[in-house]
Amino acid sequence: MVLDLLDKMGKGNRLALSRVLSEVEADSAPGREALEKLFPSTGKAHKIGITGPPGSGKSTLVNALAKALRQLPGNPKVAIIAVDPTSPFSGGAILGDRIRMSDAIGDTGIYIRSMASRGALGGISARTEALSEVFDAAGYAFILIETVGAGQSEVEIARLAHTTIVVDIPGLGDDIQSIKAGILEIADILVVNKADRPGAQQSLNFLRNMIEMGFRTTAPRFGHHKLAGMVASEGTQITQTQGWLPPVLMTIATKADGIPQLIEEILKHAEYLRESGGWRAKEAAILRHNIESLVAIALWEAWKGRVPDEGLEEQVALVMNRQQSPREAARQLLAYNLNIKTSSSE
Amino acid sequence: MPEKKIRVLIAKPGLDGHDRGAKVVARALRDAGMEVIYTGLRQTPDMIAEAALQEDVDVVGLSILSGAHNALVPQIIQKLRQNGQDRVYVFLGGIIPQGDVPSLLDQGVSKVYGPGTNTQDVCEDIRKAVLQQA
Repeated sequence: MVLDLLDKMGKGNRLALSRVLSEVEADSAPGREALEKLFPSTGKAHKIGITGPPGSGKSTLVNALAKALRQLPGNPKVAIIAVDPTSPFSGGAILGDRIRMSDAIGDTGIYIRSMASRGALGGISARTEALSEVFDAAGYAFILIETVGAGQSEVEIARLAHTTIVVDIPGLGDDIQSIKAGILEIADILVVNKADRPGAQQSLNFLRNMIEMGFRTTAPRFGHHKLAGMVASEGTQITQTQGWLPPVLMTIATKADGIPQLIEEILKHAEYLRESGGWRAKEAAILRHNIESLVAIALWEAWKGRVPDEGLEEQVALVMNRQQSPREAARQLLAYNLNIKTSSSE
Repeated sequence: MPEKKIRVLIAKPGLDGHDRGAKVVARALRDAGMEVIYTGLRQTPDMIAEAALQEDVDVVGLSILSGAHNALVPQIIQKLRQNGQDRVYVFLGGIIPQGDVPSLLDQGVSKVYGPGTNTQDVCEDIRKAVLQQA
C-alpha cells in the first residue's frame, strides 16, 4: 500500500502525496515505512521558518512569498506547512492559516498543509520535520514553515529551518519585549510587516540598532558576507549563522510590497550558508535535533506504556499529602515496572 | 500511541458573508477533539476541492445561506470525486429549503442541517461516519 502510494506520489499525484503526509503525521506504520523509503532522496530543499506574534501577518506574508518564489527561474515548487496550536483541553484545533492563503490555491505548484501542534515534548518539531522530509522527497524546492511565536515554538522552528524569518509589526509594546523573547537571536532575517502603519520606521530602526550594537553577540559588525570563512557553531544550542548580519526589511504583505527584497535576502542567505560551510553545519544541527527529539519521544512513550495511570495517581496523592517530594515521586515513577517490562516485553 | 485525528474542512462557498454558523460549528468540532481547517468566506468549488485534497480531510462541511446550494454543492462534490476523494463525508448547513434536501442527499451530501441544530448531533454524526469509513 505504501509503495503504491509512494510510486504515485513520485509521479506527481497530489492525492497520494496528501495521503502520505497524513500517514507520516499520524506516525503510523505505513507512515514510518514511507519515511524510511523517502529519506535517501531528501536534503535538497531549502527550509524557511517564518515566525512572529499572532496577528503580525505571517500567513499573508507566507502567501506572498510562495507566489514570488514560484516566479524564480525554473518555477520551483513551494510547500507551506502552517502550524496552529492544538487546544490542550479538547485535543482539537482550528487551523485557520488558509484564510490568508486562498489566492495561492490556483497554482498546483504550491501545496499548503495545515498542521496542529498536538502533543508535547519535541512533538512539533519531529512531526514538522517528518512532513518536510516528504515534501523534500517529492521535489518541493522551498518549504515554508509557519508557526505562531509564543514562547518555545519559534525556537523549535529555528532548529529545523535553514533560514529563520522573524516577523514583527509596528507598535508592539515596548522594545524590551523583543529582546526578552529572544527573537534577535533566532532571526536570520527580520521583517517589519504592516509597514504602512505608524511607527514602522521606529521599529525598523530599533531592530537594526539592536543588531548592529552587537546584541547578537556572534554577529560581527562589519556588514554582510565579510566573514565567509567562518563556520556556524554546532551543538544542542541553536545554530546561529555566524558572520551573517541579519537584514531588517519592511514589507506590506497584503500588497506584496517589499517581497522581492525579502526573496533576495532569502536567496543571499542560502548562498551565504553554502559558501561559508554553514549549510552543512545547519544540516547537522537540524538532524541532530531531530534525532534527539525522536529519542525523547520514544523514551516518553515507553515510560507512558510502562506506568499505568493508577501508578501516577498514587504518587500524586503521596505528594499532595506531603508524604513524598515530587522529585522522589519522579524517581520512583522512572523505575516503575522497569523489571517487569524488560522481562516480559519479548 | 498515535491516534487518528478526524480532520474536517469547514468552508463557505458562494458570496454570502454570514459566517457565524460556520464558526460555531468549527468551534464545536474543535471542542469535540477534531482538527478543523477553516478556509473562510467566498470560496469557489475549485478552492474547496483543492483545500480538501491538500489537507487530506475526512469530512467537508459547507455553510451556505445565500440560496446558491443547488448550484454550488453538486460542483464541489463532483470535484472531490474527480480528485479521488469520493469517500469524504460531506455535510451542509445553512438555510436550505426542505424541498431541496432530497436532491442534495441524492447527489452525495450526507446530512443537511438547518437553524437550531444541536452541535453535539453534528459531532456525533461525523464520528459515526468516519468510524464507518475506516
